[in-house]
Amino acid sequence: MVSQDRYPEGLRYTREHEWIRVEGEEGVIGVTWFAQDQLGDVVFCEVPAVGSRLTKDEPFGVVESVKTVSDLYAPVSGQVVAVNEELESRPELVNEDPYGRGWIVRVRIENPAELDDLMDAEAYRAMVEGSD
Amino acid sequence: MDGHTDPLKRTPLFPLYERYGARIVDFAGWAMPVQFSGIVEEHHAVRQRAGLFDVSHMGEIEVRGPGALAALQYAVTNDIARLSPGRVAYTLMCREHGGIVDDLLVYCLAEDHYLLIPNAANIDKDFEFIRSHAASAGARAGGAEAVDVSDQYAVLALQGPRAAAVLAKVLEGEAADPQHPSSPLGLRPFRFVTGVPLAGRRARIISRTGYTGEDGFEIYLDPGDAPPLWEALMEAGTPEGLVPAGLGARDTLRFEACLPLYGNELTEETNPFEAGLDRFVKLDKGPFSGSEALQRVAAAGPARRLVGLEMLDRAIPRPGYTVTDGQGNAIGHVTSGTHAPTLGRSLALAYVPAAAAAEGTRLAVVVRGAERAARVVPTPFYRRT
Repeated sequence: MVSQDRYPEGLRYTREHEWIRVEGEEGVIGVTWFAQDQLGDVVFCEVPAVGSRLTKDEPFGVVESVKTVSDLYAPVSGQVVAVNEELESRPELVNEDPYGRGWIVRVRIENPAELDDLMDAEAYRAMVEGSD
Repeated sequence: MDGHTDPLKRTPLFPLYERYGARIVDFAGWAMPVQFSGIVEEHHAVRQRAGLFDVSHMGEIEVRGPGALAALQYAVTNDIARLSPGRVAYTLMCREHGGIVDDLLVYCLAEDHYLLIPNAANIDKDFEFIRSHAASAGARAGGAEAVDVSDQYAVLALQGPRAAAVLAKVLEGEAADPQHPSSPLGLRPFRFVTGVPLAGRRARIISRTGYTGEDGFEIYLDPGDAPPLWEALMEAGTPEGLVPAGLGARDTLRFEACLPLYGNELTEETNPFEAGLDRFVKLDKGPFSGSEALQRVAAAGPARRLVGLEMLDRAIPRPGYTVTDGQGNAIGHVTSGTHAPTLGRSLALAYVPAAAAAEGTRLAVVVRGAERAARVVPTPFYRRT
């Protein structure tokens, strides 16, 4: 993957390597290319049930690779309206398509102002590429 | 960076890692590749074809002299007197109270000359242990000296069902003839040959040993010979499906085969009997460090045992997680655990009370605050057919 495709424009990013794509009043959340690359082969995802509530900056689930466990942090607060059930049988989608079929949860965004302190693609890329 | 950080030690193969796509981690103070193409891919390659590992971080300690055998007999739990030149033994080394100092291989080079292979993190500790505990036994038997020669060796592990076919391609002269006694190709497990010509070099030792549960070889080299031999093996092996493999796959492979890892299953607070390593403790060979304590453990039976656990609920057990009776009562802990790539199941090794160690016993592992159902299953999880 070429560098600019690793961190698509139009998404908002957290310091903990989640992304959120705003679609109307809802947001789709996943982990970034950098996160899945650092984790290695993802073998298990633990996600909250539909109807539960995420709190911004709080852990809401985990992604596990063969080697490590990584917490997922909520980019925004909101109620979970859908989870990616395909990950139960195919957790490797997080590696193969982190911004597409590897999405993790969809939430109803409570407070759009919470999006403001997330990074854009350029800022996020600068953060992770600076850390290499 | 935080705290004091000594520069990481590098093996002679370090300059090659980047070209092979390695991701480097700090392992016991060494800059080692945790993976190349990916842990799961490398794991499958070793089970199905072959993988090449740099294990040069492992230590080498020579023990030699007329009293070398007596010194080792006192230092380690296995019966080194049963070794003859060309044979390797796996053994434990124990404190007086029976706790495990290290697990290691002992190569018998000659009746008065042995090579020990300690874990990277334990080289200094083992060396001091041998010097302080085995010195008098060695001296009484005519004298023995221990020398840390770790800097004089690089080690490659060539592992997998195609390992012999790959090795055959780089062996030279009589060593390439499987029928010839100098050839590593005819070795049975835990045997070795020395001075083996291959790829224009000479391996100091090639043994039929490994840490993956597969057939394979460990190749001991002069450090300067390691990079060209790595390249020669990769070139010869790529058509056979050989891949470079890192410590991540080494760990998942050894875990499925239930080969213990020092620092996880084995520590100074565990003894060989509770780890299920009875057959490497020869209580009838005469006194050795820990023998009195271990006699008592053997007589009474260990209070706890290392068991295999399979998760029944969807969760992955990890080292350090608490094991319960399923009713909220902590009874033990996980020493190693992951989603096993070959078996496709979430498995753990764990210490539990002997009374809870029977196959089929229903237990639980606490994963992020919740008890997740597990049951005791037979070990090893994986055995090659």
